Amino acid sequence: MVNLNLIFPEIFISLSTMFLLILGAFKKNSSKIIHNLSIISLLLIVILIFNNQFESNIFLFSNSYVIDYLSSFMKVITLIGGAFVLIISTRYLKVYELFKIEYSILILCSILGMMVMISSNDLMVFYMGLELQSLPLYVLASFNRDNLKSSEAGLKYFVLSALSSGLLLYGCSLIYGFSGSTNFNIIAESLSNNEYGLTFGLVFILVGLAFKISAVPFHMWAPDVYEGSPTTVTLFFAIVPKVAALTVFIRFLYVPFLNMIDQWQSIVIFLSIASIIFGAIAAIGQNNLKRLIAYSSISHIGFALAGLCVGTNDGIQSSIIYILIYLVMNLGFFCCILMLKRNNQYFENITDLSGLSKNHPLISLSLLIILFSLAGIPPLAGFFAKFYIFKSVIDQSMYFLAIIGLLSTVIAAFYYLRIIKIIYFDEEKEKYDDDHSIFLKISLTLSTLLLFLYFIYPNKLLEIVSKINII
Amino acid sequence: MFKPTKGSKLMIEIGLGHYLTLGAIIFTIGVVGIFLNRKNIIVILMSIELILLAVNINLVSFSIFINDLSGQIFTLFILTVAAAEAAIGLAIIVVYYRNSTSIEVEKIDSLKG
Repeated sequence: MVNLNLIFPEIFISLSTMFLLILGAFKKNSSKIIHNLSIISLLLIVILIFNNQFESNIFLFSNSYVIDYLSSFMKVITLIGGAFVLIISTRYLKVYELFKIEYSILILCSILGMMVMISSNDLMVFYMGLELQSLPLYVLASFNRDNLKSSEAGLKYFVLSALSSGLLLYGCSLIYGFSGSTNFNIIAESLSNNEYGLTFGLVFILVGLAFKISAVPFHMWAPDVYEGSPTTVTLFFAIVPKVAALTVFIRFLYVPFLNMIDQWQSIVIFLSIASIIFGAIAAIGQNNLKRLIAYSSISHIGFALAGLCVGTNDGIQSSIIYILIYLVMNLGFFCCILMLKRNNQYFENITDLSGLSKNHPLISLSLLIILFSLAGIPPLAGFFAKFYIFKSVIDQSMYFLAIIGLLSTVIAAFYYLRIIKIIYFDEEKEKYDDDHSIFLKISLTLSTLLLFLYFIYPNKLLEIVSKINII
Repeated sequence: MFKPTKGSKLMIEIGLGHYLTLGAIIFTIGVVGIFLNRKNIIVILMSIELILLAVNINLVSFSIFINDLSGQIFTLFILTVAAAEAAIGLAIIVVYYRNSTSIEVEKIDSLKG
């Protein structure tokens, strides 16, 4: 008999999703209570995960589901990210009349999918988690359904994501056929014999996963989807699925395919270099802040992949730290975008930021810190994130990758600094509204402080992450 | 697996390779259909179904030739998910059609840069 206690968090989140859905169907005007209840249930699940033994290494359901330190840690990050997205999205949704029950329920569904995906140790479980994650995301992207851009974003995301799922599945079928099992551990054992079918399967799976984390050359959906979807949904896209997909990437590379490191290493290095360079260059001409953050996230994902391709525990840990700090930076940046509201309309172009410092010194200061951190300027957290990556890359004497990364950081600094110049030195515009919700303010303050004060005490995070040992 | 019966000498023995080739061909038709099609989004939806069907053919034939059931179970899961995906896809296309009054692929260009 399987010990069901261990998947209690997943059971709880699925039951609460169903309960909230039924509540929303039968009770009129219940969007507010459902929104609050879903935030509470997300936080409760965090507690439930902490309640399980955090440092166990347990396989459930005939080895198809794994609860270990990596999965528990990443689940907690996913849940906290989701809770923050829900907390700060209330005002925006109300202004655009999108404050419906479906919003928080879809986010809960998608987070359930991510949790399954993070814990999967079997191709089938992984696929079910992946689809449970992405089906609500299609709907969320087109959530503003009377808006042409939003529905177009949903359409594009649907087509490209379904294509990537198809590629990934084809890879899964090849892997299954040539290794004889869908279980990751058994696949790992049988991969030592070199067959072309396995290499093909590996390539297809990598392509599918690269689509999901929007690494170049499979990034084309990201800018359009980020720009078109409602801003709070963009925030969700930018932080939460990235964490889950990166975890899956780690697990795929280092559990079933560890023996094929020679084959995948060059592919991942290529993905990483291409994303870093493309993200840095393509963002230069952008005018829309959401589009700009899409290109910047492509470049950041490139750095996280650079940590993955070195093949050491150090590299994995540094890319997990990178994705965490990236999450905090994006959260802060989107809080600032959500503060650009005037007369019930939100602004999202770079020119709308011009002269912000005269009317809103505090928002400008936080934006300054966040943008410097995104550019990787010491002593902010973004610098340390890049530093750990470069350290683990250089330890394995992959100098080429490190040099490309450093050069692209300089290029990328240009467009971050351009925004800062616009904020501080351009002509001021009309004042924005000041009546932000308290949670938005708290989130912005918290993320800015985290980025600014990280250098004082970095050891705690390093200590937590250093317990993640996959290899 | 599929041995020819005594009377029919002309019958070819159909092996795993044939099934895999069929799967690969259908898969390629699906992928090419997505990229070459410039007219209609519904065709893209059909191409996605083709890709998933190719995967199913692969999985079922592998499952029979290596005597392992999990491939067939995987296929059942894929069928269910494909149905859900098609439903959501059609819903999104309807929403898009209401806003733009056209589902031509070439005209989907309000987001670019």
